[in-house]
Amino acid sequence: MSNPFIRLEEVSKSFGLLTVVEGLNLEIGKGEFISLLGPSGSGKTTILMMLAGFENPTSGAIWAGGKRIDSLPPHRRNMGVVFQNYALFPHMTVSENVAFPLKMRGLPRALIKERVEKALDMVQLGSLAERRPSQLSGGQQQRVALARALIFEPEVVLMDEPLGALDKQLREQMQLDIRDLHRRLELTIVFVTHDQSEALTMSDRIAIFNRGKIEQIGKPSDIYDHPSTQFVAEFIGETNLVRGCVQTIEGGTARVQLPGGQVVFVAAATDLRPNGSVCLSIRPERIKVGRREAAGNNITAAIFDVVYHGDHLRLLARSDGQGLVVKTDRSQPTLSIGEEVQLSFLPSDCWVVRP
Amino acid sequence: MNAPRLSKQVISLVLVAPLLLFLVVFFAFPLVTMMKSAVSDPVAARALPATARAVAGWDRVSPPTEAMKTAFVADIRQINDDQLFGDLVRRLNSAKSGFRTLMTKTRAAASNAAGTIDLIALDKRWADPSYWQAVSVAASSSITDRNLLAAVDLQRDASGAITALAADASANKTIMLRTFVMALTVTVACVLIGLPFAMIAASLDGWKRQLLLGAVLLPLWTSLLVRTAAWFILLQDTGLINSALMQLGLTSGPVPLIFNRTGVIIAMTHVLLPFMVLPIFSVLIGIPKNLMPAAASLGAHPVRAFWAVLLPLSLRGVVSGSLLVFMSALGYYITPALIGGAKDQMISSVIAYYATGAANWGMAGALGLVLLSATLILYAVYLRLSSEREARA
Ligand SMILES: Nc1ncnc2c1ncn2[C@@H]1O[C@H](COP(=O)(O)OP(=O)(O)OP(=O)(O)O)[C@@H](O)[C@H]1O
Ligand SMILES: [Mg+2]
Repeated sequence: MSNPFIRLEEVSKSFGLLTVVEGLNLEIGKGEFISLLGPSGSGKTTILMMLAGFENPTSGAIWAGGKRIDSLPPHRRNMGVVFQNYALFPHMTVSENVAFPLKMRGLPRALIKERVEKALDMVQLGSLAERRPSQLSGGQQQRVALARALIFEPEVVLMDEPLGALDKQLREQMQLDIRDLHRRLELTIVFVTHDQSEALTMSDRIAIFNRGKIEQIGKPSDIYDHPSTQFVAEFIGETNLVRGCVQTIEGGTARVQLPGGQVVFVAAATDLRPNGSVCLSIRPERIKVGRREAAGNNITAAIFDVVYHGDHLRLLARSDGQGLVVKTDRSQPTLSIGEEVQLSFLPSDCWVVRP
Repeated sequence: MNAPRLSKQVISLVLVAPLLLFLVVFFAFPLVTMMKSAVSDPVAARALPATARAVAGWDRVSPPTEAMKTAFVADIRQINDDQLFGDLVRRLNSAKSGFRTLMTKTRAAASNAAGTIDLIALDKRWADPSYWQAVSVAASSSITDRNLLAAVDLQRDASGAITALAADASANKTIMLRTFVMALTVTVACVLIGLPFAMIAASLDGWKRQLLLGAVLLPLWTSLLVRTAAWFILLQDTGLINSALMQLGLTSGPVPLIFNRTGVIIAMTHVLLPFMVLPIFSVLIGIPKNLMPAAASLGAHPVRAFWAVLLPLSLRGVVSGSLLVFMSALGYYITPALIGGAKDQMISSVIAYYATGAANWGMAGALGLVLLSATLILYAVYLRLSSEREARA
């Protein structure tokens, strides 16, 4: 990135003997929506807390807007933080909560009132201004937290699993709302989640963490289509991991033999060597059922279950001892359990992942 | 469906029965007895039944009628229980002094001679209506507001109207006021020490928190008497505190810390501190951990975050702690008795004096009742305030 707004440079964090974040380098552009995604305990919250100033890095440096901020106390960092369980002040009304950051900045009363009204309207809470947080639903509390973190126009907004406590429908509504705010207010947002679909729908970029290190970082489509490791392939979306042995590499295509003896052609990655073993990731929706592809790979498999999912069917099949999942639309002719079918997929849909 | 539910209720009733029984026998029953003794005054009505009937029509100002005198002498002759006679004399004497000699004389005369006795010839005090007023008031009712009125420095004059006692006759109101002032002082001292203490304890964890809490809890495991005695030793002129102060050269002579108000406040604050620290602490650890970071992220300097967030949220603990401390302090007896001077005695020492020293259970009960009502009123105010706040929250 040519001109990053936030830069973490070789940042490490240890609690006692436990190293939670290790040698992290991360650059975040102005106006970018970046998601930190990873399993529980992978250090996402810790990174956010270091950005907000609640934890100090054990080593490394953090820059924001060209200034080094890692020794700045949290109240002078001017970053909006939305906490996982909202952290609203229970003894204040909604409008007092939202007014809090402006009051701390010593704005005149009339201006505060005006801006609080505007902020509450922005999150459609104007009518609940005099309620206490305990009298609000989870989604409403979430919107208050959002309004409170945005009202002082911070340059960066940090969100730690802000939608974790909401039910699915509300969650999806709020995802759209936050994305909309991000575009309208040109915010820089660092968004922590362990929900992969949330990260995929909302982010400009996703950083996938595993044990305190970035496993892969990139655009959602890049990460989904081209996962670099087995961990990422399994963590983002659903995938079939197929092991095989490289036989030959010719003109950008590798010939890979599966354990059962069937052969598939794979778009060759740079580090493939003949006679080496590989791991392929094939997304379930890329596999076609029941017809041969002249330009593709064709294998036979036995169906052992068909699961109805409303908008699609999910076939569980077995080929040469390997289990495969296939997602297919409902226009398929009826398939019965135990039937032998042809499965086909393109070489470009077989993605080589590192173990 | 119904039968198991019933048996469940029976079982729970059986389980709480010991507690209920304990409460009735050792709490409710003595309380009711004390309250009754505050207003009950059965001695004269029991000893002078005929007189009670005879005085019913008397206007309480004109000279005593013959019927009254005859009934009175008859009643005196009827009394053959010395205990009852003694109680009667004490009861009458407390209403008007002079009855002790008068009654002894009258009883002796009544039992020596049969037939009518000329009471006025025997003692001309019997011609004075005020003595008969005392007899009449005492005999005609077995309940009285005398003790309750006396507890707040009031009395009924001859005509039955309520008037204030002479300034030197009783000091209950002064002592009651002093009790409240001292309890309030102790409460404020406990807040000033307890609030920061609880906040520090709540902000630490692990062994440091245990150590601080232990320091508060430890005194609770020693008896009140032992703790007071320890303060007695610490606070004396040659005690640890004074000798330390003098050795450091801070004072030339001993600071008077014992047998005065300062000493009592110090000792009571120490004894009652746990009741302030624990409620505040429990409220503080219930405050979500991320509120202070949230305040900081919103631009609040730690000091302002403290004033705007932590302090208001811990207020609930401060209020319940204050209530506990204040109410316990109101009833303090041993600590002021051992460490205070004559002018630092609280209302409970007056109650103790009436109960054990003067054997005047009526006054003891009445003062207790006044203290109980004052406390209950305060508690009601607290409940009212807290429920209002709950409603707003
Ligand atoms: N203050 C602390 N002291 C000691 N260990 C800590 C502390 N904070 C976090 N950790 C440890 O650091 C590791 C990473 O924690 P972190 O909260 O960053 O994970 P996370 O990725 O946010 O997980 P989750 O998705 O469950 O929120 C965990 O193993 C946790 O136990
Ligand atoms: Mg977390």
